[in-house]
Amino acid sequence: MDASAAKLIGAGLATIALAGVGVGIGNIFGSFVSGALRNPEAAPRVFGNVLLGFALTEAVALFALVIAFMILFVF
Amino acid sequence: MHSPMEQFEIKRLLDFRIGSLDASYTNSALWMTIAVILAFLLFVVGTQRKALIPGRAQAMAELGYEFVAGMLRDNVGDAGKKYFPFVLTLFVFILFCNVLGLVPYSFTPTSHIIVTFAMAAVVFVGVTVIGFARHGAHFLTFFVPSGVPLWLLVILVPIEVISYFVRPFSLSIRLFANMLAGHTMLKVFGGFVVMMGILGGWAPLAFIVILTGLELLIAFLQAYVFAILTCLYLNDAIHLHH
Repeated sequence: MDASAAKLIGAGLATIALAGVGVGIGNIFGSFVSGALRNPEAAPRVFGNVLLGFALTEAVALFALVIAFMILFVF
Repeated sequence: MHSPMEQFEIKRLLDFRIGSLDASYTNSALWMTIAVILAFLLFVVGTQRKALIPGRAQAMAELGYEFVAGMLRDNVGDAGKKYFPFVLTLFVFILFCNVLGLVPYSFTPTSHIIVTFAMAAVVFVGVTVIGFARHGAHFLTFFVPSGVPLWLLVILVPIEVISYFVRPFSLSIRLFANMLAGHTMLKVFGGFVVMMGILGGWAPLAFIVILTGLELLIAFLQAYVFAILTCLYLNDAIHLHH
């Protein structure tokens, strides 16, 4: 197989990380909504933590993006 | 058509060299300067009048101040008060760089790893120095989780050490990758608008409007995350608990 084809396959494989990130972000907001429905009073107080968790999880997806870019453009 | 990566190109505006060192004034430096000037105007001119009932600029400056002060108070406690100016500067600078990057034809300095890594490295080195200055060699117990059997420590201590040294990288890559991905995505959809022409181009254009709103949220969120992680790292160095 020629190297440029392998590169494209590798970059595609790097996006598999999105599966985990999808589960993670869904879990964060799903837990937030179910928690907020049980105790609506406390919901605004934890929303900052929700956003923090969202940003930290989203970053994992972006690490995968960086790896995909590195495979495509650096090597 | 232009490539979506072209927006990240650094251009020299004023050529300036010290020996072999290239210290040219680039578009990146220009937008950083604009961010600093705008932040300065907001905080200095905005709070000039010190009215009891604040006007718009004063309210915004006070809101930003209170926001970061509250963040530091909640996460570090009273010991963190000393580091408030640093965290506020970091937060406001990143926020202004991120938000100004959303202006069409502007440049986002935080979309370059070298800029974010420099900030993350300052945070990392500073926090480590604070930890050693406050606790001396006792700071090394930070890497030893308490209440763990000895055989497990052999595995856990290297993991703790590695996770500590990965901090500046994850901190900088998070901000840089968010900015890079967001701006690339906007430009890719911009390309769709051109490709689909006057009839079909409206759909991606509407999507760009929504995405720009999302990017505005991300711009704020990433500044917030950078600042709050700085607070958490400071808390680790000051209080040493796990």
